[in-house]
Amino acid sequence: MQWEIVIGLEIHAQLTTASKIFSGSATTFGAEPNTQASLIDLGMPGTLPVLNAQAVKNAVKFGLAIDAEIGMTNVFARKNYFYPDLPKGYQISQMELPIVGKGHLDITLDDGTVKRVGVTRAHLEEDAGKSLHEDFHGMSGIDLNRAGTPLLEIVSEPDMRSAKEAVAYAKTIHSLVRYLGICDGNMAEGSLRCDCNVSVRPKGQAEFGTRCEIKNVNSFRFIEKAINTEVQRQIELIEDGGKVVQETRLYDPNKDETRSMRSKEEANDYRYFPDPDLLPVVIEPAFIEQVRGELPELPQQKRERFQSEFGLSAYDASVLAASREMADYFEQVQQTCGDAKLAANWVMGELSSLLNKSDIEIEQSPVSASQLGGMILRIKDNTISGKIAKMVFEAMAAGEGDADQIIEARGLKQVTDSGAIEAMLDEVLAANAEQVEQYRASDEAKRGKMFGFFVGQAMKASKGKANPQQVNQLLKQKLEG
Amino acid sequence: MHEKTLAGLSQALRSKAISSVELTEHYLKRIDQLDGTLNSFITVTPELALEQARAADARLADGSAGPLTGIPLAHKDLFCTRGVRTSCGSKMLDNFIAPYESTVTQRFIDAGSVTLGKTNMDEFAMGSSNESSFYGPVRNPWNLEHIPGGSSGGSAAAVAARLCAAATGTDTGGSIRQPSGFNALTGLKPTYGRVSRWGMIAYASSLDQAGPMARTAEDCALLLQAMAGFDDKDSTSVDQPVPDYSAELNQPLAGVRIGLPKEYFASGLDSTTADAIAAAVKQFQALGAEVKDISLPNADLAIPAYYVIASAEASSNLSRFDGVRFGYRCDNPADLTDLYLRSRAEGFGDEVKRRIMVGAYALSAGYYDAYYLQAQKIRRLIKNDFMAAYEQVDVILCPTSPTPAFRIGEKIDDPVSLYLTDIYTITANLAGVPGIALPAGFAGDLPIGMQLLGPYFSEPRLLNIAHQYQQHTDWHTRTPDGF
Repeated sequence: MQWEIVIGLEIHAQLTTASKIFSGSATTFGAEPNTQASLIDLGMPGTLPVLNAQAVKNAVKFGLAIDAEIGMTNVFARKNYFYPDLPKGYQISQMELPIVGKGHLDITLDDGTVKRVGVTRAHLEEDAGKSLHEDFHGMSGIDLNRAGTPLLEIVSEPDMRSAKEAVAYAKTIHSLVRYLGICDGNMAEGSLRCDCNVSVRPKGQAEFGTRCEIKNVNSFRFIEKAINTEVQRQIELIEDGGKVVQETRLYDPNKDETRSMRSKEEANDYRYFPDPDLLPVVIEPAFIEQVRGELPELPQQKRERFQSEFGLSAYDASVLAASREMADYFEQVQQTCGDAKLAANWVMGELSSLLNKSDIEIEQSPVSASQLGGMILRIKDNTISGKIAKMVFEAMAAGEGDADQIIEARGLKQVTDSGAIEAMLDEVLAANAEQVEQYRASDEAKRGKMFGFFVGQAMKASKGKANPQQVNQLLKQKLEG
Repeated sequence: MHEKTLAGLSQALRSKAISSVELTEHYLKRIDQLDGTLNSFITVTPELALEQARAADARLADGSAGPLTGIPLAHKDLFCTRGVRTSCGSKMLDNFIAPYESTVTQRFIDAGSVTLGKTNMDEFAMGSSNESSFYGPVRNPWNLEHIPGGSSGGSAAAVAARLCAAATGTDTGGSIRQPSGFNALTGLKPTYGRVSRWGMIAYASSLDQAGPMARTAEDCALLLQAMAGFDDKDSTSVDQPVPDYSAELNQPLAGVRIGLPKEYFASGLDSTTADAIAAAVKQFQALGAEVKDISLPNADLAIPAYYVIASAEASSNLSRFDGVRFGYRCDNPADLTDLYLRSRAEGFGDEVKRRIMVGAYALSAGYYDAYYLQAQKIRRLIKNDFMAAYEQVDVILCPTSPTPAFRIGEKIDDPVSLYLTDIYTITANLAGVPGIALPAGFAGDLPIGMQLLGPYFSEPRLLNIAHQYQQHTDWHTRTPDGF
């Protein structure tokens, strides 16, 4: 049977605010346990929450960026359940009136097609603390530093039809929240976490199959693997005559399998009700317009502009616009050198492989955008060849200074004096007299192949500094002539 | 000394007739001698009190004193007081030393008042008789066989027995007004949001409001002056200027329109109480007030709505008492579930458990619409009733309770009949409007209370009307025998 996969994602994005959503405690990651937990975060009797305005603003930014309706009246609700890292015994969240209503997001698939994915809603809530089960000799430790960190829970429609689409959607959200500056996107630190709702149905069937929710999948690679593993499990189960049970499952990356966590029957009755400690938050249209005015250029707009303004291909534009930092870097290189194509090639080529090799982000690049732009200028004015440029680039990466300094210090300036080039070519031809004879005796096809050998020898003799066009031209004259 | 009202003591302190240390020592001695019978205090803080009294005397000497400087007060034991046990009347918090100060008590500290101790109360403010306290029932100083009312029963008994100049209370369904009525006190429940709830251990967040319990309206005005005001730590506190609550006390009552809601004078009202209110009505008329009959047609829905909403909020508010971070923890928990179950089962008393169960049930899937949502609709209707009434009258007059204080143990096994005693007080909490209770007479040795309810932020008017009444009556000046 042909199966269709149906996927919806719930993404929890930690909002980058200086303080927590309902208290004044700091939100810095990695502090000593419980040093960022105030009376409010500890759920002390008599304490009360006060909403952080920046969290609201961040959520509104997201809503506007996905073209969603912003909830004018926001109600915070209590989600009641007992857990040691949930100090109040309830999580303050939003239920009926979320801050972000229906919106959508366009994702670009590997083959370049664009697909629109619906966003059902996004709501504000507080994060829980962490339970630590190691090093406590049969007991558990509780770290409440994270308790109360603002989260935006972004719920998608079940619009994705493959693990790859789900990953593309997650990456698009990741890129968007970073563009908006509302979440640092650090998945390793849990700043962006993903729950995957997965079901399968026979192709052509209208109703959805029974879904399972895979909790807390924390990398793009695991999202893909977890979904594929779960899909496989569900299909095998059904084909063996079984039935998928609605439940929450955990993905184990070590064994590449999903395991049941709790079934629907075991699920908590969260007894949601409006939090009486927080009055409804009314968002004024003027505030929305103010936030709209502060929105940065978004990835999609940037991709389109890179194509129309710089004539880049759709692929190049989407690679360069994938992160705000990459796009900013590229634009600065482009501005310095005035050549978008060369700038794009260098950023996506040498620079990206350098960053990959050193496993660093573009913000930490040892070669600055103005350094790279300055070097490209020297390519354009024929001071150096593209090949020498790679050497210059490596030297810049090693911290030897700007392109001009390196070219000067290492004597890499290109030789364009035709007299000097001719003299050098004469020496090369003399040293390879045998090959010259062969060349002259050969037909056109063979000559073509041998020509490269002479170019190579010539460039080697000039230590790469001879202008390649001139070498080509003069060499041809000398061999043919 | 203890015969004086708070206003009288304030004058005596500032005229240097007495010192705060002398006054404090006097009250501490009275507590020591008399509270063994009453049980109105859970914790007495003599060292703290005397330290504060010495500081107050310094302020009185250097001229920086205000009207409350040096006045010995008692605080209901649900206001967090830094470094002092804050038990909420519960075994759950018997070991809880608050690490911070509530806004209300901080404001009294700033005003230079003295804290004599923390008063007894129904457990987590759930009760109308002060019989649900882990620390045992409080006795009514007017008749020791009777309850003092609740949940601020300890505060009421302590003020009535002259063990402190005045006290704080909180009112979720009548917990200031009902015990004030049972003890011949004047007690004010302010407009919801007028006084900060920061540091006040929550029972039902949308209904809880702190207020003063004292001998007279004049005293309440002085106390409310210190308590009221916006607090950015409480999102439900209202950012509105605080008026001078003493400024209008002496306004004449000519032309004031007083409404008598017919639903509050129907069956179930004790005849002596009805007669006392009728006499008060005559008194108000004599002072120039116009009295009219009005209707609050949805009043009979208030009790069920209240017990759904208050219990629902309580079931969630009390979830934090789980034995993990503070408060009671059971011995040798086998695992997490056992820790939760036994800590809560052993730490909470019956009435608290009853309301947690009622509340959790009302919020549970499939019942939410039928109970919680329905109760919220009723709440809206009750609020609308008040708004319509205030189109016709300035204030509403009615009894605080259907009967005077009942006997200790009389209703302890019948929670519903106990709940019904709140019938006249809970509507004000559901609507969020202010109310003041004041003595209107006696049934034998037991006081009879009445209350005036006003529109939002009408506290100056309520205090004015109560004060004028007290200028022409002497119920509030009487003292229980033996105290």
